[in-house]
Amino acid sequence: MNFLKRTVPMSIAFVMGILMAFQYYVPHEASQNLLKVVTKWGMIISGFAMFIGAYSLFHMHWNRIKQKVSGWGYSIFVFFGAGITIIFGLYNGGEFFWDDKQAGTMFDWIFDYVQVPAASTIFSILAFFMASAAYRTFRARNKEATILLISAIIVMLGRVPIGTMISQYIPIAADWIMSVPNLAAKRAILIGVSIGVIATSIKIIFGIERAYLGGGD
Amino acid sequence: MNKSRDIYILFFILIAFFIVSVVYLSFGWLDIWGDGLGIITAAAVTLAMYSFLYKDNPVFKIAENLFVGVAMGYSIIIVWFNILKPDVFEALIVPVFKDTGKAPQYTVIVPTLLGLFMFLRFSSKLSWLSRWSFAFIVGMGAGIAIPNFINAILLRQLEPMFAPLYTGSFWGTINTLLVLIGVVSVLFYFFFSLEHKGVIGGVSVIGIWFLMIAFGASFGYTVMARMSLLIGRMQFLLKDWLGIIQ
Repeated sequence: MNFLKRTVPMSIAFVMGILMAFQYYVPHEASQNLLKVVTKWGMIISGFAMFIGAYSLFHMHWNRIKQKVSGWGYSIFVFFGAGITIIFGLYNGGEFFWDDKQAGTMFDWIFDYVQVPAASTIFSILAFFMASAAYRTFRARNKEATILLISAIIVMLGRVPIGTMISQYIPIAADWIMSVPNLAAKRAILIGVSIGVIATSIKIIFGIERAYLGGGD
Repeated sequence: MNKSRDIYILFFILIAFFIVSVVYLSFGWLDIWGDGLGIITAAAVTLAMYSFLYKDNPVFKIAENLFVGVAMGYSIIIVWFNILKPDVFEALIVPVFKDTGKAPQYTVIVPTLLGLFMFLRFSSKLSWLSRWSFAFIVGMGAGIAIPNFINAILLRQLEPMFAPLYTGSFWGTINTLLVLIGVVSVLFYFFFSLEHKGVIGGVSVIGIWFLMIAFGASFGYTVMARMSLLIGRMQFLLKDWLGIIQ
């Protein structure tokens, strides 16, 4: 049983990892086709994984309703929102879900007039919270915090007309910050991240990193 | 006292919104048969979300939970139409039961089974089968990541570091030198195999300065991006909904 529980998944990761890593260096049509097929397989598996996310969300809210925890009534709106979107999505403007997706249906209406405004409003609210958080934490307590504060202020002012009104050099300074010190730090971070990803990938392929197997036997 | 005041405010806003909507629809300023109802719905959702700026309240919580549900429903439908329908349903299931002129793609059985195995995560006896699916995805991702990260990120970021420092102009050369100093010093800061003392400590302090400038720039950029979203929502409310600005 240990063979099926540990050896098989580790072998799958090893074979897939080696296959996909070497595939990149083989400029043959068969190699390109392999990448296409395996990528499609990955998409299909990820598609099923999305339903696990949906199950977790609905399970959590169903339990909230069942146990009548504080604020359980709001969970009903999760089911209402999901239910109405799924029903209109499956109805597909009268063509039903087995046909191609139709444009301009109620499903698209819900996306345009509920999901998009709600998402962009939530993200725009962050402007207020970031400003208030910055007010509380952006104090020039030491040298590093002062550098961060000055850099942020110059970049923010450099992107709006008032920056140019204060001084014509502010947009130039903002561009310089973005293209020199910011570029240098981001480049170093990317180099570090790349080395980290490559090292972790090698560890996964050779079975040194097994966190993806989860706990238990 | 505060609670009753909140209820009054809530009712006042709801009634005001209702009156404004009815007036705009009655006078034909919003087309009920066109996108009028959509604009009113979007305005209601936007205002409900912004009500959080006053304090956490039932209207915000309703809008928040509704949004979560709609987003999940949308994802499910999009996954069906973009992935499962063309690649599983039409490629494997339909040709088995119906003559479509296309042979069933039996290879699709493998990812379908692996996808279904993921649901066994919830079974106490068979949850180990879900490891096969995760191993496939993780192994595939690791294999694809190695050459892609080497080629598309690591070498691409290292390549400019080997270019001549002298670029033809004084300030260009200074900037290239600063980028070189910045990259090396930040890499020194992230190098923990040696203690950050003496020369290494000094270089890593310069790295911290470069990092602070970059974090400040990222913060400034993010704030401005959120501001542009805020302006977009305000434009929607004042232009599309109320028609106050043109």
